[in-house]
Amino acid sequence: MTVESTAARKPRRSAGTKSTAGKTTSARKTASAEPELVQLLTPEGKRVKNAEFDKYVAGITPEELRGLYRDMVLTRRFDAEATALQRQGELGLWASLLGQEAAQIGSGRATREDDYVFPTYREHGVAWCRGVDPTNLLGMFRGVNNGGWDPNSNNFQLYTIVIGSQTLHATGYAMGVAKDGADSAVIAYFGDGASSQGDVAESFTFSAVYNAPVVFFCQNNQWAISEPTEKQTRVPLYQRAQGYGFPGVRVDGNDVLACLAVTKWALERARNGEGPTLVEAFTYRMGAHTTSDDPTRYRGDEERQSWEAKDPILRLRAYLESANHADEGFFAELETESEALGKRVREAVRAMPDPDRFAIFENVYADGHALVDEERAQFAAYQASFADVEGA
Amino acid sequence: MAAEKMALAKAINESLRRALETDPKVLVMGEDVGKLGGVFRVTDGLQKDFGESRVIDTPLAESGIVGTAIGLALRGYRPVVEIQFDGFVFPAYDQIVTQLAKMHARSLGKVKLPVVVRIPYGGGIGAVEHHSESPESLFAHVAGLKIVSPSNASDAYWMMQQAIQSDDPVIFFEPKRRYWDKGEVVTDAIPGPLHKAKVVREGRDLTLAAYGPMVKTCLEVAAAAAEEGRDLEVLDLRSVSPLDFDSIQTSVEKTRRLVVVHEAPVFFGSGAEIAARITERCFYHLEAPVLRVGGYHAPYPPARLEEEYLPGLDRVLDAVDRALAY
Repeated sequence: MTVESTAARKPRRSAGTKSTAGKTTSARKTASAEPELVQLLTPEGKRVKNAEFDKYVAGITPEELRGLYRDMVLTRRFDAEATALQRQGELGLWASLLGQEAAQIGSGRATREDDYVFPTYREHGVAWCRGVDPTNLLGMFRGVNNGGWDPNSNNFQLYTIVIGSQTLHATGYAMGVAKDGADSAVIAYFGDGASSQGDVAESFTFSAVYNAPVVFFCQNNQWAISEPTEKQTRVPLYQRAQGYGFPGVRVDGNDVLACLAVTKWALERARNGEGPTLVEAFTYRMGAHTTSDDPTRYRGDEERQSWEAKDPILRLRAYLESANHADEGFFAELETESEALGKRVREAVRAMPDPDRFAIFENVYADGHALVDEERAQFAAYQASFADVEGA
Repeated sequence: MAAEKMALAKAINESLRRALETDPKVLVMGEDVGKLGGVFRVTDGLQKDFGESRVIDTPLAESGIVGTAIGLALRGYRPVVEIQFDGFVFPAYDQIVTQLAKMHARSLGKVKLPVVVRIPYGGGIGAVEHHSESPESLFAHVAGLKIVSPSNASDAYWMMQQAIQSDDPVIFFEPKRRYWDKGEVVTDAIPGPLHKAKVVREGRDLTLAAYGPMVKTCLEVAAAAAEEGRDLEVLDLRSVSPLDFDSIQTSVEKTRRLVVVHEAPVFFGSGAEIAARITERCFYHLEAPVLRVGGYHAPYPPARLEEEYLPGLDRVLDAVDRALAY
């Protein structure tokens, strides 16, 4: 497999699946122009200049670059551990982010502490950047809760499973930020599949009309479970923004530096009162949709292999090495840290207790509800009836 | 403040005004709620007095209205959103059911969503399709939501105050055909609890339980029945979720007969739930099965047929006769 520049790539796939893979589709020609893609690091790890976006990463230090690398490696390690834990029966399900580390770490590291993040259910890398303990993400996948962290502790909303809903919450939150006169920004994550949802379209409308300080960060990972992006759109997704009256940019989603730069730019626009921005991070879901999915039914190996050549972690490593920004000691130390993280996550999940059965009735309402009280009492009496039998 | 006689719509308007005045976090949002004052003028004059930032004309997208209200609530605001008509709420149904109702539980209690969704509902105004429906049961089935419906101006005023102060999402069903009915509103009185039913007419022979637009109908039924020597009790339920079963039980233990009346279709309606639970609670007190009067299992009919579809004086009296015949 030859290494191919993402920027130079033709439209990646035809409308069909395996049998037509590799051909360019005539449908794609209807798009107004060949999509331009912001890239600062080539898949080979070569730094390329970009007149518009270089300034957003101009001051980045070797230490910060190593930090981005570390974030991606640890996120991937965490993700691999979670997949393994699902296979071992410790988790009911896992949605892997494999391949999307650059999109998530680049955008996540662009946010400021007071910014607010509205994720889907796959933003494990963004959660990492926000300081959410990774073990907290696993409760819902283990089935002990439906969201195990306080969103306001890290300004990181709970995972949203219904596709696209959170883009409206982000927009509303951003409207509130603007009303408060704050200069925080909001970022909403969603995917290529979600781009078809009405809620995403409505969030574009509302944010544009109210000039809300929100960044729409679309990770186009090419697949919505089994449906390729061609089933969602006839135009490159970032071009949708134009119809709503705000800018849209496609960025190489496997280039952490480009994702960082473009997201910083977009967040800055939000802070400056310039309203919403759509960022389409062009990336690839290397794994299955979730552990319940079987991608062999709908896509071929060759596509995955072509994306492996553009791996976000290898690319930054190549750059760090060629620029002498990291030595063997750094990589070895990170390997140790990575394994320690895996161990910590494994142990935390295995130690995670089942919730108390009365948790069913907790937090249904903030101010209480007579029926919930009544049913809790009935449930308690029912449970207590076993104690009577045992005691008899 | 003294007592004032005002229409039900005006009472809601005054209540919203009071909330906007006393709490800077309260927002009013919806389609045409600004300059126009809403299609029923419930928000009349509010944008003029509180500005476009607090009384917000929204794009015509109900899911967007509720979804952004959730986001505003996450930011600390208390949005009161208007859905223009009952039949237009369904684009927002997903946001209401999957997000508004569940986020508090999902967050293990960390997040509160004090959002009020106002929905003018019910028929009797000769409207076109989608403008006369009563979808309250579709919301009552969802844990996490509170559902209320005032029947008179005073309750409209106070229940709106309480709904806005609630830390839970409240679906506020406004009986649109009673918008213009006047009643006395005492704006400095201390109101009773939001989810408590009220006996609005005492009687001994049978209990009529209703809420929203049907309370007035039931009072007319009771007056007509009184002429025939029947002494009916009328219970204004006021809240559909939670339902005040204790008050219904107290009434039924006295009268031993219950007829539930609502405009919504009888099938899987709130009356079904009331019948089941009251049968369970009052099995040995009941002299007759709990009867229900409501809409039919058919789409809301064209306006010229709606009097046939809606529970009116005669249909409720018929049910009363049947219950008393046991």
